[in-house]
Amino acid sequence: MEKIPILKMGKYLLVTIQVDMHDRLAMSLQDDLTEKIVLYNARGVLIDISSLEIVDSFIGRMLSNIASMSRILDAETVVVGMRPAVAITMVELGLDMKGVKTALNVDMGMKMLDIFTGKNDEQEKLNDHSEE
Amino acid sequence: MTILKNDMRYIRNSDDIVLIRQVVREWALMIQFSLVDQTKIVTASSELARNAVEYGGGGVLYLQIVSDGIRKGLKLIFEDKGPGIADIGLALKDGYTTGEGMGLGLGGARRLVNEFNIESSVGQGTKITIIRWK
Ligand SMILES: Nc1ncnc2c1ncn2[C@@H]1O[C@H](COP(=O)(O)OP(=O)(O)OP(=O)(O)O)[C@@H](O)[C@H]1O
Ligand SMILES: [Mg+2]
Repeated sequence: MEKIPILKMGKYLLVTIQVDMHDRLAMSLQDDLTEKIVLYNARGVLIDISSLEIVDSFIGRMLSNIASMSRILDAETVVVGMRPAVAITMVELGLDMKGVKTALNVDMGMKMLDIFTGKNDEQEKLNDHSEE
Repeated sequence: MTILKNDMRYIRNSDDIVLIRQVVREWALMIQFSLVDQTKIVTASSELARNAVEYGGGGVLYLQIVSDGIRKGLKLIFEDKGPGIADIGLALKDGYTTGEGMGLGLGGARRLVNEFNIESSVGQGTKITIIRWK
């Protein structure tokens, strides 16, 4: 079965959704991501949806699920690259994707993740020093 | 209202939902819908096609390019022979679902188009007609 690739970038995971997602693919992405977050102890997830031509209630629900599930695993999720026409349509559809953070592009999303997870890094640095 | 072009597609499973989105996009382009209008009608179609699969046990989409003399529009009829909808008013309410969705599909689809009509009877099936005018 085809899969959506999940790339590891330092302490984050990057998912680029390139195809028009059918429902089973969306479901398997949720499972794969959970697995990878745990496997790599990832602190953040970036989901690039700039290729997506629509976000309907199903895909919206999947993105919300991913965000809440990763939060439980102590990772933040940022959805990046939503097209303006998609954003306009989502509002009219009534989809508000509660709890899903968004950013304009991957760079901005990465900066957002750095800020969200920054506190923990400081802590880690302190710990590193104390071990020296 | 005159029909300028028509065709049909089956909606049997989740792969077909993807194909429905594609064909609706093609037809929306044929009458030069703006990008936002394309996105709206494709999103509405995705919702109605999924409902046909999930609740209607599969169905059919009839596509029509129509004209009322002044303007052109894309008319889509989603029909299934499933269990039907007992209380249409309730089904249209945001947040109402008998499945595991968010209950947004029907109400949302209605907001994304210019004309929206449901005919449904219990045990017979459901027919939803939408039009988006250019
Ligand atoms: N074609 C249909 N045949 C029978 N019942 C339907 C059909 N379409 C919708 N319904 C009923 O109407 C309810 C509301 O539909 P709607 O699409 O608004 O929400 P949903 O499909 O439950 O969730 P969502 O679309 O947000 O994922 C459904 O839960 C179902 O009970
Ligand atoms: Mg639905």
